[in-house]
Amino acid sequence: MSHVSQTHQIGRSLPRLESLDKVTGRTEYIHHLRLPHMLHGKILRSTQPHAKIKSIDYSAAAALEGVYRVVTIDDIKTILPHPYYGPAFHDQPVLADGKVRFAGEPVAVVLASDRKIAEQALGLIDVRFEDLPAIYDEVEAAHSTTLVHDELKPAATFPDLQHLKGRRGTNIALDYRLRRGDVESAFKKADYIFEHQFRTQQVMHTPMEPFVSIADVANGYATLHTASQSPSFVRIEIARLLGWPENRVRVKVPFLGGGFGAKLYIKLEALVTALSLLVKRPVKISLTMEEQFFMVTRHPCTFDIKSGVTKDGRIIARECKVWWNGGAYADIGPRVTQKAGFTSAGPYDIENVSIDSYAVYTNRPPAGALRGFGAPQTAWAYESHMDLIAKELHLDPAQFRRKNILREGNLQASGTPMRDADIELAMDRVIDHLEWNKPYDRGTHLKRRGRGLAIGFKGITAPTTSVAIVNLYADGSCALYISTVDMGQGSDTVMAQIAGEILNIDAEKIKVIHPDTDVTPYDMGTLGSRSTFHMGTAVRLAAEDAQRKITELANELGLGPHSNLSLADMLKKKYGMQAGNIIGTGSYIPDYQKPDPSTGQSTKATPFWGVGASGAEVEVDMDTGEFTVLKLVNIADVGVPLNPQLVQAQLSGAGIMQYGFTITENMVFRDGQLTNGSLADYKIPSLLDMPKDYINETTKSYDQQGPFGGKGAGESTTIALSPAIGNAIADAIGVHIHDLPITPEVVFNAIKSARAKVGVS
Amino acid sequence: MSTQRVIHFQLNGEAIQVRVSAHDTLIDVLGDQCGLRGARESCGQGLCGCCTVYVDDKPVSGCLSLAWFVEGTSIRTIEGLAQNDCLDPVQNAFIEAGAFQCGFCTSGFIMMTKKLLEIDPNPSDETIRHYLIGNLCRCSAYPEIINAVHLAAQKLSSAQN
Repeated sequence: MSHVSQTHQIGRSLPRLESLDKVTGRTEYIHHLRLPHMLHGKILRSTQPHAKIKSIDYSAAAALEGVYRVVTIDDIKTILPHPYYGPAFHDQPVLADGKVRFAGEPVAVVLASDRKIAEQALGLIDVRFEDLPAIYDEVEAAHSTTLVHDELKPAATFPDLQHLKGRRGTNIALDYRLRRGDVESAFKKADYIFEHQFRTQQVMHTPMEPFVSIADVANGYATLHTASQSPSFVRIEIARLLGWPENRVRVKVPFLGGGFGAKLYIKLEALVTALSLLVKRPVKISLTMEEQFFMVTRHPCTFDIKSGVTKDGRIIARECKVWWNGGAYADIGPRVTQKAGFTSAGPYDIENVSIDSYAVYTNRPPAGALRGFGAPQTAWAYESHMDLIAKELHLDPAQFRRKNILREGNLQASGTPMRDADIELAMDRVIDHLEWNKPYDRGTHLKRRGRGLAIGFKGITAPTTSVAIVNLYADGSCALYISTVDMGQGSDTVMAQIAGEILNIDAEKIKVIHPDTDVTPYDMGTLGSRSTFHMGTAVRLAAEDAQRKITELANELGLGPHSNLSLADMLKKKYGMQAGNIIGTGSYIPDYQKPDPSTGQSTKATPFWGVGASGAEVEVDMDTGEFTVLKLVNIADVGVPLNPQLVQAQLSGAGIMQYGFTITENMVFRDGQLTNGSLADYKIPSLLDMPKDYINETTKSYDQQGPFGGKGAGESTTIALSPAIGNAIADAIGVHIHDLPITPEVVFNAIKSARAKVGVS
Repeated sequence: MSTQRVIHFQLNGEAIQVRVSAHDTLIDVLGDQCGLRGARESCGQGLCGCCTVYVDDKPVSGCLSLAWFVEGTSIRTIEGLAQNDCLDPVQNAFIEAGAFQCGFCTSGFIMMTKKLLEIDPNPSDETIRHYLIGNLCRCSAYPEIINAVHLAAQKLSSAQN
């Protein structure tokens, strides 16, 4: 048997395997699923940001014709004594438990066969609250005596959080530290010290398919049909909640109508499971677009950054203090705090670094993972800071970065050496596209032009495991069993390409079996750009294992090494009929060294590096602050693009998403109440918003550890995009914006204050 | 809960009758009663275009159209585009251009693109951007969607020549 591929699957721009279903409206989403005898649940939400619940009177709702039942936490507690869940902390009750911690928190559920009736009944429920003082700002909350939770409750699944157990009197869910060198002495030696504060706003994933989950719990078995990015985690967490073994919980996930980090870990699944357990019927909850704003968001962030720089432009010390506004429940915020924490000094070779990163509870909707796991918030700060320093020192921003950039083999602040991270190459390509070194037309005094660039990187969540099964049927056809969720990124297609490359099968002939925890093996989750690298490697190993077994079968049958007998014929020969399987398995967990808890030092903090560089050219109307992004460039190091067309789509799509987070998207709160929670008022990018000159490319790179040189691509262009635009605006108007989003109003006010400062009207 | 009536309409060329309540939207009826999955409610405000279907050949937001009023009309959905297993050129163009990721918004984009090309067989980028303003794609396959519209225009014009 030859291991050399006759047909190369890697590097093909193969259209998505499910393309036909997607253009004919037949794609399977949970959105449409209905089970026999199913009830719909509609959620009554808190009107108060922080309050005790004095009473819930639902008699009128329960009496409405067609209402099956109204459920509160008291009902849930009759069947689940401790109905609290969460990936990092078991802090979130399935329904408010005597207290609400944000306006929008689920308080009660109406169940009915007709969801319109359930919705109507919500209006008949009377909840009496006793308001408590509330806290919304992450920096204030870090020191406040107003407490969101009485006690910290870390989940047992994270051993490194156990020291937080039982901690009281604080809103800080996690304090992450990194120490390298001696920052204090280095600041004394520096010729210049620069200090700035930057802030980012709360934004939401806005998947077009809103959250939806169905649970069917009966006779000691629970089946969940859910739009989830992490079916394996859902199974583990639901099994824990129910106190059942994992094999009694089945989680099925077809395609997702977008995820972006929203549908991770555990969301509606806990509630629908509790409801179904209670009423012994299948229960479905589908959120509306408006309700999505109350499920999970991206952390607002305040970042104090201080750098010590020498006369010749070397950064010798950097101190970072980062506060992450996690909202009322921790979700995966503590992990965001750590993972974005360790790269928050930026992709620079700095000898002395000190980082403190805090996950903070507030009375806002919870925050979790959103395409970048905190990296975009930190890059907004460190890359704006870089340009401010360069300006003060009269250095070219690109040259200043180049003087300090992390290169192959340099130790990153965590002590992990940089490997296969073409940061400088990516920056060079941005410089080329912007024609950075040529004379630049700065426009007129009414319409001023500017350009800016930024670079960024991210570590990848570690250590995490992926397991894959390759099944070759008796006729030689192939199926791949994986729990990676295809939410639009194209994982089905890429995983089939990897298996096909090894097995010499065209990827489009491979069937990818969608996550079903009764069938497909464990995967930590489809998140943080990890699938291509982790699951891709597991699939490669599984395919190689199958290939080995085919060779063994050939030997067993006494076939020579040059036999051209097909697998189907070999199996027929062995079993005397069309029968049997060849099953290959693969399991992958990358090397990892746990960081030292007091210094954050580790020789292996990440399995690979996500790398992005961005550049922007803007034109600003100096009278109104209105601006146009004339050109937007994103360059990413994704290793080898295993499917170039899909990679291109990831880079471009992630870029436009981050573009929305940069210029329009902003969850606006007044007294803890969200004021713009619908697509009418919360504006995500449309075709008209897309910059006309929009370039996305990859560097020519290779990741030594990744499958066929590939690595993750879904987040790289989110990292440096916002500061590239911010720096371009600053280049045009002469003043830096410190807080996202950059709206025309913000730019107008910046121009006005700059003019006031220099006495120009 | 409320008044009901039986309504009759053509759905992708087939005569249909269903019992609807006064508050039922067209998208409720297509999904819950007709078993179609292509048009989907997302924003519920007529802003995202995921629920786009044709009523008497005019594209509408199914989430804002009351089913009550489609009595006697002819409705066409994404499921009715392919003829005898042969995809519409717009559907083929979307595949070739890779003009979707998660696919949740795709039906709406295809329905609107088809309508655009009926009105303007060779639209400029600017026209495409404006015509498709009512369709949102959070995966942001926008550059690929523009390519798909051009590609579909080519396919349609070469089919006619």
